[in-house]
Amino acid sequence: MPVVVMTDGLLVPGSDKGVLSAWNISFFGAIVVILALRFLSPSPNPYAEIFAFVPSGLSATFGVTIVSFIFALILGLLAGLGRIAKTKAINLVATTYVEIIRGIPLLVQLFYIYYALGPLLHLKGPASAILAMSICYGAYLGEIFRAGIQSIPKGQMEAALALGMSRTQALWRVVLPQTVKIILPPIGNESIALLKDSSLVSILAVSDLLRRGREYASTTFNYLQSFTVVALIYLIMTLFFSRLVGIMEKRLRTHGKRHN
Amino acid sequence: MANDIIRIKNARKYFGHVQALKGVDLEIGKGEVVLVIGPSGSGKSTLLRCVNRLEHLDEGEIWVEEDCVTSPHANIRKIREEVGMVFQSFNLFPHLTAAQNIALAPLAVLHESKATVEERAKALLARVGLADKAESYPDQLSGGQQQRVAIARALAMQPKIMLFDEPTSALDPEMIKEVLDVMLDLAKEGMTMMVVSHEMGFARAAAHRVVFMDDGLIVEVGHPSKLFSTPKEERTKRFLDHIL
Repeated sequence: MPVVVMTDGLLVPGSDKGVLSAWNISFFGAIVVILALRFLSPSPNPYAEIFAFVPSGLSATFGVTIVSFIFALILGLLAGLGRIAKTKAINLVATTYVEIIRGIPLLVQLFYIYYALGPLLHLKGPASAILAMSICYGAYLGEIFRAGIQSIPKGQMEAALALGMSRTQALWRVVLPQTVKIILPPIGNESIALLKDSSLVSILAVSDLLRRGREYASTTFNYLQSFTVVALIYLIMTLFFSRLVGIMEKRLRTHGKRHN
Repeated sequence: MANDIIRIKNARKYFGHVQALKGVDLEIGKGEVVLVIGPSGSGKSTLLRCVNRLEHLDEGEIWVEEDCVTSPHANIRKIREEVGMVFQSFNLFPHLTAAQNIALAPLAVLHESKATVEERAKALLARVGLADKAESYPDQLSGGQQQRVAIARALAMQPKIMLFDEPTSALDPEMIKEVLDVMLDLAKEGMTMMVVSHEMGFARAAAHRVVFMDDGLIVEVGHPSKLFSTPKEERTKRFLDHIL
């Protein structure tokens, strides 16, 4: 049966050759457009104002993304280990977590934690945002960890156990180091998806890139200009990071095939 | 025998509805080299894997020295330190060099000093004829070289017993000898060895006993010169006709 492989945030395959590649057109095109808008627009030029106002949201966007991603990695590793645990109870908890979280839209989870649980937990916007994003992405990363660990041949664990190592030692010293190599590309992919999804937190009173754009637009009614800049900044960031992930993936692939 | 180092009593093992071991008794003496042969599915690899509890017996007991492997209270890690194992598919750790593969367990399990372990790794690599491959990764080595590193890795724990699970079955013919030579040396040095293999040459040169298994049971046990030339059982004879 044919298999369809979809990627989220990674390079679009098949159009990555030469100067006129899709990535080059999108990435450098976006940079040219953004610079042109800023410096070549006829006056009155609202873009000078937009560029003074909107990019300050970048720190919140990156802050939420990075902190959430770190927590999500920890949760994901725990969930992934739980999913392959021999202890039934642990396995059940991890699997239930993954099933529930993956079955609820991220936006609903954000609302739930901010509006429904926020008052009970005394959480402010940024804390709610980070909590919701971490829990959500932890479930997705957990499945990547699980798949990665399970892709390591059983003989590796057996060889480690036969040498007298504990399961924990075998996991940390033998299985996980090999897993990391395999899952780095999909993990990088998820980090880009998380960067994009972080725009959802703009509705939780977090002054991220999108919210700054909205705030500017609603006071000046320059919706077109403001959201054009926001969209271009997101585009440049995600294209940049997906290229980074692509390079990393290529390196890992060639590094994995050492030959004399 | 008093100096039996492995004692298997009435070993029974099921995989679902299939009974892989139907009551096997076997004792292996200290310094003895025992070759286990038999058709595929006869339970020989299962029996071997039960000795260091990579598989659990459903019934029966296995003792290694004074320790009952099959007891739920067994300190299985302690027992495994004494029992080295070599696999058909080598199972070297691909993210580590040959020297690191050998050093990992002594460092992590025995907490020996780095200098001691590195010294031993070097000596073991020299012993298996791969002194110049210390910094090579497994995928830079041939199958025969990988299996020799795997043997060195098992020896690095200074075990009293070595288990070999079809150590040459995954190798190209021209590489089999280099692995068997290492095993022969080990046998000569008095290592206790339980070997699942059909290498008749090795059996004739080193094995004290050959065990023929079929359908989850031991059919016949004998000295290689006797068992190969004048098997007592019809099933043994038929099997040997196939592989000789």
